Amino acid sequence: MEIKNAVAGTLESGDILIQIAPGDGLQVELQSSVAAQFGRQIKAVITETLSGLGIDNAYVKATDKGALDCTIRARVTAAAVRATGKDVWKD
Amino acid sequence: MMFVPGNNPGMMADAHIYGPDSIMLDLEDSVTMAEKDAARLLVHNALKSIDFGGTEMVVRINPLNTPYGRKDVEAVVKAGVDVIRMPKTETADEVRELEAEIVKVETELGCVGRTLIMAAIESALGVVNAYEIATASKRMMGIALGAEDYSANLKTQRTPGGAELLLARETIVVAARAAGIACFDTVYSNLDDMDTFRKEVELIKTLGFDGKSIINPRQIEVVNEVFAPSQKDIDKALRIIAAIKEAQAKGSGVIAVNGKMVDRPVVIRAERTVALAIASGILAKEEAL
Amino acid sequence: MRYTKVVTLEEAIRKSGLRDGMTVSFHHHFRGGDKVVNLVVAKLAEMGFKDLHLAASSLSDVHAPLIEHIRNGVITKISTSGLRGELANEISHGLLKEPVVFRSHGGRGSAIASGELHIDVAFLGASSCDELGNASGCPRSENAKSICGSLGYALPDARYADHVVILTDDLVPYPNVPKSISACDVESVVVVDSVGDSSKISSGAIRDSKNPRDILLAKQAAKVIINSGYFKDGFSIQTGTGGASLAAVKYIRESMLEQGIKASFALGGITAHMVKLHQEGLIGRLVDVQSFDKVAAESIATDQMHQEVSAVEYASADHVGSAVHALDIVILSALEVDVNFNVNVLVGSDGIIRGAIGGHPDTAEDSALSIIVCPLLRGRIPCVVPKVTTLITPGKGVDVVVTEYGIAVNPTRPEIAARLEAAGLKVVDIHDLAAKARSIIGEPDELPFGDRVVGIVMDRHGKVLDEIHNIVD
Repeated sequence: MEIKNAVAGTLESGDILIQIAPGDGLQVELQSSVAAQFGRQIKAVITETLSGLGIDNAYVKATDKGALDCTIRARVTAAAVRATGKDVWKD
Repeated sequence: MMFVPGNNPGMMADAHIYGPDSIMLDLEDSVTMAEKDAARLLVHNALKSIDFGGTEMVVRINPLNTPYGRKDVEAVVKAGVDVIRMPKTETADEVRELEAEIVKVETELGCVGRTLIMAAIESALGVVNAYEIATASKRMMGIALGAEDYSANLKTQRTPGGAELLLARETIVVAARAAGIACFDTVYSNLDDMDTFRKEVELIKTLGFDGKSIINPRQIEVVNEVFAPSQKDIDKALRIIAAIKEAQAKGSGVIAVNGKMVDRPVVIRAERTVALAIASGILAKEEAL
Repeated sequence: MRYTKVVTLEEAIRKSGLRDGMTVSFHHHFRGGDKVVNLVVAKLAEMGFKDLHLAASSLSDVHAPLIEHIRNGVITKISTSGLRGELANEISHGLLKEPVVFRSHGGRGSAIASGELHIDVAFLGASSCDELGNASGCPRSENAKSICGSLGYALPDARYADHVVILTDDLVPYPNVPKSISACDVESVVVVDSVGDSSKISSGAIRDSKNPRDILLAKQAAKVIINSGYFKDGFSIQTGTGGASLAAVKYIRESMLEQGIKASFALGGITAHMVKLHQEGLIGRLVDVQSFDKVAAESIATDQMHQEVSAVEYASADHVGSAVHALDIVILSALEVDVNFNVNVLVGSDGIIRGAIGGHPDTAEDSALSIIVCPLLRGRIPCVVPKVTTLITPGKGVDVVVTEYGIAVNPTRPEIAARLEAAGLKVVDIHDLAAKARSIIGEPDELPFGDRVVGIVMDRHGKVLDEIHNIVD
């Protein structure tokens, strides 16, 4: 799927900032204060969410501020929707 | 009912620990246009994943005549929200229009009838139509006053005494009672003035409201204190409810406490007192059984 | 001319007889504003000393310059109650060859008194000092710049070190009384421009937390105290300085007024909240090892009923006269509590050292009722866990854990659980709290610890309690 650069989320506590750009395969660069314990899980949520939306090629930079999985899913989806222009809801 | 901005994941995850009776996640006024899409996704995912400990979950959607309203309905109904709060409701037709949108999504999911509606009345026209709005759908669970827009619409402004809101408040309580649904008062936004807030809560309790909308957990305690029934009232209510159970067990239609017959309104008030005592945290649920 | 001990820092160091491999000590009463450690160690480095053991009562963010002195071999060993910031981070990654020895405040006092921790030269900052070495944390002239109040943590060093150097930025004429450190224990006095940045030594007035979660926790903690069975006339209390602990005092005060209950004394780090209750007549005495803010520092300077205690008198396990033995109630915070009520206040959940033991194990063990107040989660970091990353305070000394998801009571204290339940408080099993945390955040991966020991935690009786391993990125 064709994507352009897009951003979603914030740097507030409990949130995650997702920056998405065209890429080759799914690449995730993660910055998180809980990377040691949850880095693997956070990256998995990001890639699963993107694959679920049919995005197999993207470079994602994620700056995490302790977000829960549901927040990560929401922010990745929002970034993906903005990057593709294709919403998950009906028009 | 505690208002929580729909684009703030930290506040959403925490809201229920303060023990509000219901949480209203907001997609409308607290979310900028540029973030409507992201907040909708956030609220959708939060409703699906977070355990709010049984707290009633309400989402305030954007009006259906904006580009966001219909998507909001789809997102929150799919996430299993308890109640959709419709902002700026002015006519019964608007409620029915929302109901039709909800039915569309519920039909797709196979759960028709699951989602309830609360209408916020925020204009003179809405107040005039309050009873029609309250009875527009069997999904209507309550009506609420939105005072900021309402007072602007009246070409006045909010005052500490709330004289400008009196007719709207009384009309909403009367309409809700006539329709047999709940009614909730507007927010009070000065967090540093707890005294005026308390006076306002006392006023709306006297007017007959079921609850108060709040914007910060710090306001919960005041609402609970004001709405809490006295121990004397609770004891009396518990005796009446015990008498009802005794009468039911005996198969008798006559309810008597201390040798005096108990009228239907007294029973209703006793049940409401016990419900309030539980909601205010004075009475454990088990004790009321 | 009258006798004077005032010399330059370099002269004081020469006079002290300090040699490579010896132990130098410092106190942390200037907290984040401390300038003494960096100033003295820089001078020691300049003078060519190597292989020194730095024994501080605590170290914080401001001590990051020590990293260079460790790399250059000036400092090769550290003993402290806590470490924070970049220094802590580097040490967690293996900067020091020898493990840092962590002791509680009471444990450090005991170890110094017994000789287990022998101090060759103590470099002690003071807010005022005369030319013979009578030193105090209180202001004694209009030039006073760096006021800290109590010098409780410096007193064991002053008494037991072989050689004592006082550094002050306010030299006053003899006699600087009332004194904290006696001139008889002091060999040299060094006048410096500034011993501490006063804006970082302590905050000004009372700052009430507006964080709703802190308020919720504080109210719950206050309810626990009031219904614990220990809330009666003449009780004694100590609180930590976290937002929730401080706010709890406010709610206890309301109940003290309502029920006509007064406390005999408040102990430990004294805050403006405690001073206020004391001035209102609700607390008889303030027993102060560390004055946490300006209000407390002003009070100890002027109020006879507000007295300084040394770390030994405060919290030593070996001295049965120490104040913790008379303490009824303590409210403490935690980075982690586990299902056996063990507490960690030192190592973050990322495995990096980021805290201080302080008086935590001392007060928890010897008080009649110890209450830990902590949120279930800090962002995605769980505070109630199956097993603490590092053991600091053993669970046998911990009675109640207050979280926003319920209150857990140590099964060894069923009578307290019964009293709290009778008062309508939500008492839950601590295992359920740990499970609740997991259900929200998911299962964390194991921390990437290496096999080098970078820290040793001593218990307050002088035995090794736990080891901290290096963290691998």
